[in-house]
Amino acid sequence: MFVLRRVLSFGCKHPKRLYSSHQGEVTSLYEFHVRNGGKIVNFGGFLLPVQYSDQSIVNSHLFTRKSASIFDVSHMLQTEIRGPNCVEFFESLCTADIRGLADNSASLTVFTNDNGGILDDLIVTKVNEEFLFVVSNAAMKQQDQQIMINGLEKFRKRQGSKGQELSIQFLEPHDRALIALQGPKAAASLQNLTEVNLKSLYFMSTAVGSISNVQECRISRCGYTGEDGFELSIPANNAEKVVQTLLENADVKLAGLGARDSLRLEAGLCLYGSDIDAKTTPIEGALTWLVAKRRRLDANFPGASTILRQIQAGSKVKRVGLAASSGPPARHGAQILSTDGGVLGEITSGCPSPSLGFNIAMGYVSSEFSKVGTKLGLKIRDKVYEGIVTKMPFVKASYYTKPKIN
Amino acid sequence: MSVVARALCSSSRRFLQGPHAIQKKANCRSIQTTLQVYADRLFTEKHEWVLVDGKVGTIGISDYAQEALGDVVYAQLPDVGTELKQKDECGALESVKAASEIYSPVSGKVLEKNEAVEETPSLINSSCYDKGWLFKLELSNDSELQDLMNESKYKEYLKTQESH
Repeated sequence: MFVLRRVLSFGCKHPKRLYSSHQGEVTSLYEFHVRNGGKIVNFGGFLLPVQYSDQSIVNSHLFTRKSASIFDVSHMLQTEIRGPNCVEFFESLCTADIRGLADNSASLTVFTNDNGGILDDLIVTKVNEEFLFVVSNAAMKQQDQQIMINGLEKFRKRQGSKGQELSIQFLEPHDRALIALQGPKAAASLQNLTEVNLKSLYFMSTAVGSISNVQECRISRCGYTGEDGFELSIPANNAEKVVQTLLENADVKLAGLGARDSLRLEAGLCLYGSDIDAKTTPIEGALTWLVAKRRRLDANFPGASTILRQIQAGSKVKRVGLAASSGPPARHGAQILSTDGGVLGEITSGCPSPSLGFNIAMGYVSSEFSKVGTKLGLKIRDKVYEGIVTKMPFVKASYYTKPKIN
Repeated sequence: MSVVARALCSSSRRFLQGPHAIQKKANCRSIQTTLQVYADRLFTEKHEWVLVDGKVGTIGISDYAQEALGDVVYAQLPDVGTELKQKDECGALESVKAASEIYSPVSGKVLEKNEAVEETPSLINSSCYDKGWLFKLELSNDSELQDLMNESKYKEYLKTQESH
């Protein structure tokens, strides 16, 4: 989902800094990562593997696209919101139509501020009318907790008795692990270990069941790679057992933050803090689709006036995908120029695409330059290279979506 | 005497072709006098190495650096003829996860860049001390070599880096 921050917005000057292992929080799988050759880095305060010694990042990336990989994403914030009116409460913080979601289904959404800026992106799962399960970014943990706690206080003031029975519970990494299993062979490898029928568990839906005889696992069909896959919320004391059993299948390998970043970039997915932040609106971030139709009519989310105005009139800048067939990859901070040399904006993420063999990036440009096919200059260390505005995702997504009935 | 030493070193190099020469050249040490002859690689704190042969320095990055970078996919090297000062940023190496600038370990004029590395950047991973060399320059100030670390000092330095 939407994790990676700092470590992988590597504007890094010296390789040594990639490997400094300052003190940080650990997930329940830390020892397991170390035993399995994980190269540990401090990622937004958490000690997590950037890769494992058995594979390079490129190979791990390609393995995920053709087989399946396990990523420890336990550092992300898992939150349970329970009680009558939890849907109405949570809609007051974000732009999703949670009321319109079926039970056990999920939506990507954003917390917004009063200016329409994105405070975080997250996945909200409506288990039922009285139970929401939310996964948001580790790097924004404290802010997100405050958004939810303060939001509930306000909701109670506004709505009186309606909010009285609502509760918010933050699950801590030492209590609850979160494991992403991603790739075309993810479903087959997981189906061996669970009674949950994965054939009827479609993209963005969820079920609870056992995995390797570990009870109370939440299986959500989603991810951050563009591949079919799952995020597994597991009791932390049994996380290692689940991962270990998944790894007994040769189709499954461990993968780290390095592959996770290049996979999500190929999938055109945003990294909060790099590609979107409090200064960008969903419209500027090319995420207008996250502002649900019903919510536009109700106009009752933070920053609605700015966001609705931009939906009508367009925004001055827009996030675009860029591809470059030669030259070095444009990274975060590289300038984007028009063909006559004027500065149009900046790259927010970029890397050489392991699947495609050319450089890909995303960044912001003045909206009149955002059309697919527009040629632009990318300034990298004082030289300018050609880039072309390209449709995202760069690599076609292969989600397990529900067949459309005509 | 120092001139002789240099002449011997450079002639031996001609037969040995390339940085492999390092092991064989150790015998040059025995005849060094006032001018120090650096028969071994010298390292910077930024993980470049330089191997000096007469006035010519061959530059690359250390095994530690290539390992930290991961698969190098793009190498931007300084153009022939560029005058570099010690510690000048003079190029960059790109891997999937990171970009890392190259800093010149010594001052001098670029004589040659390794076009094989530009063509096949993975040589830096597979052979960082040999086929993966980056560029050569004509040293303009030998005394700068004193600021650099020999291999054993560099290994000590790496230990201090890892403990951070």
